[in-house]
Amino acid sequence: MKPFAFERPASVMDAAIAAAVPGASIIAGGTNLLDLMKLQVETPSRLIDINRLALDRIEPTPEGGLRIGTLVRNSDIAADIRVRQHYGVLSRALLAGASAQVRNKATTGGNLLQRTRCYYFYDISKPCNKRRPGSGCAAIGGFNRIHAILGTSQSCIATHPSDMAVAMRVLDAVVETIKPDGSKRAIAIAGFHRLPGSTPQVETVLERGETIIAVRLPPPLPGVHIYRKVRDRASFAFALVSVAAVIQMAGGRIQSARLAFGGLAHKPWRVPAAEQTLEGEAPSPAVFQAAADAVLAGAKGFGSNDFKIPLTRRTLHAVMAQATHS
Amino acid sequence: MPVGRRAVLGTGTAAVFIAGVAPGPDAAAGETRGEATVATVTVELHVNGASHRLTLDPRTTLLDALREHLALTGSKKGCDHGQCGACTVLLDGRRINACLTLAVLHDGQPVTTIEGLADGETLHPLQAAFIEHDGFQCGYCTSGQICSAAGMLEESRAGMPSFVTADLAEPQPPLTDDEIRERMSGNICRCAAYPNIVAAIRKAAEIRA
Ligand SMILES: Cc1cc2nc3c(=O)[nH]c(=O)nc-3n(C[C@H](O)[C@H](O)[C@H](O)COP(=O)(O)OP(=O)(O)OC[C@H]3O[C@@H](n4cnc5c(N)ncnc54)[C@H](O)[C@@H]3O)c2cc1C
Ligand code: SF4
Ligand code: FES
Ligand code: FES
Repeated sequence: MKPFAFERPASVMDAAIAAAVPGASIIAGGTNLLDLMKLQVETPSRLIDINRLALDRIEPTPEGGLRIGTLVRNSDIAADIRVRQHYGVLSRALLAGASAQVRNKATTGGNLLQRTRCYYFYDISKPCNKRRPGSGCAAIGGFNRIHAILGTSQSCIATHPSDMAVAMRVLDAVVETIKPDGSKRAIAIAGFHRLPGSTPQVETVLERGETIIAVRLPPPLPGVHIYRKVRDRASFAFALVSVAAVIQMAGGRIQSARLAFGGLAHKPWRVPAAEQTLEGEAPSPAVFQAAADAVLAGAKGFGSNDFKIPLTRRTLHAVMAQATHS
Repeated sequence: MPVGRRAVLGTGTAAVFIAGVAPGPDAAAGETRGEATVATVTVELHVNGASHRLTLDPRTTLLDALREHLALTGSKKGCDHGQCGACTVLLDGRRINACLTLAVLHDGQPVTTIEGLADGETLHPLQAAFIEHDGFQCGYCTSGQICSAAGMLEESRAGMPSFVTADLAEPQPPLTDDEIRERMSGNICRCAAYPNIVAAIRKAAEIRA
């Protein structure tokens, strides 16, 4: 680990100012940042400890939703009775992620901003455009079993590894931030993470120093909430493919369908056209197939991850069958 | 003398301290011990009821502070990356991986390690149950397993669900063997003593119920 200066700001505003200094990095739970610092994938020269700021509450919003402070630990979101009753997909997605020990430390903002698990990103002896822009991508043409099939670029085929973010995408959460100049903004989760394009090192729309304060959930969505995660072992493993779904039935037909996918792209993947194919239809394999076609439009495998295309299809089928009892 | 999380937050919020680090000329050469001048930080750790003032390189993980500076070697280093659970300790009563956090982040907070679970010569019910049920072979993962199980039983008592809980709205999900397995998945046992570990934890859970 490289040496760093350690700083504990007294307010979120001070945190944003401190985080804007070149080389500075906020530390929250530290479960991703320290992992990467030990391997010198990340080498911040200053660490900004935000853990003692009062950002650890879950509060109701005037609109009937919930506002989750960035320092609420992943386990506390998952266990909150309001989340369990009204945002089951979020609770399940969080409980599907990592281990209880990691969840007890991991924070809301840290989870959204966790880096990819691409093996070449982790190995500083390998080329990687995300870690060292311009050095190339060892995953393209290499072993890429965990990599993306949608939204990839010639520069990078990494996936975003978060389970929580996939559930937040299906719920249309909003990320609240503060900038070093004190201004605040609300960023819809749909536009929060970026596709790799030619700058895979830029993963979100956050500006220098911009600090996450909270994530807001809109009022609860009625219907069945499901988070299905397919992985190499039954627990404590990252998703190969995951599906977050909120499905509402009425009179034997699918009244509304919301679907977001993990493990497929550089950001949680959601395709409105796929949801429209389902809405108003009676559940059937043909209808699910059409939805899967829409989700996978433009999908491309890179060799070792070709299996993700049929796996996505089958996982979507399984989730829809479960949600519609068909 | 457990210090509540709130109390710690209250005293800590206004504190600003900076450990200046003069980057060494040879900043790319890995651990720059002896080359870069690394400013130290003073950290007060409350471990197993005793308070310790330590002067540390800010890079020191909580695990290294416990093992190397306080000679509490019960907590083990398996992977050093949060993947095995051998380093599990209780921070303010909650289980965490001591390898994936810095000691300086926990200034003033109470930590319990395997050394702090027994009551004098009387073993913690989990320790006794692991012996009774042969919940280990080599023993390397055991202190992490036991600390993790202690945290897990508290979580379960507080009504926390797990990924295998059928009904999330159920305020007090029953602790079945499947629940124990899922909730303990952050602790890997290379000797695969899993069936006996589950039996030991079930026994301790029944004693406490
Ligand atoms: C063994 C292991 C297994 C895991 N398995 C899974 C899994 O299956 N599914 C899953 O989803 N995740 C998994 N994770 C990842 C885990 O969810 C993340 O490590 C965690 O959510 C990161 O949160 P943190 O608070 O510890 O972040 P930190 O490590 O503290 O920070 C991560 C990044 O976010 C930035 N940051 C943090 N807070 C803010 C803020 N408020 N404003 C601006 N920037 C901020 C930091 O600067 C840093 O760049 C796993 C992790 C481990 C170690
Ligand atoms: S896929 Fe992205 S993160 Fe992985 S090696 Fe290529 S550029 Fe790096
Ligand atoms: S040593 Fe900490 S989890 Fe393995
Ligand atoms: S007893 Fe040997 S690793 Fe668990």
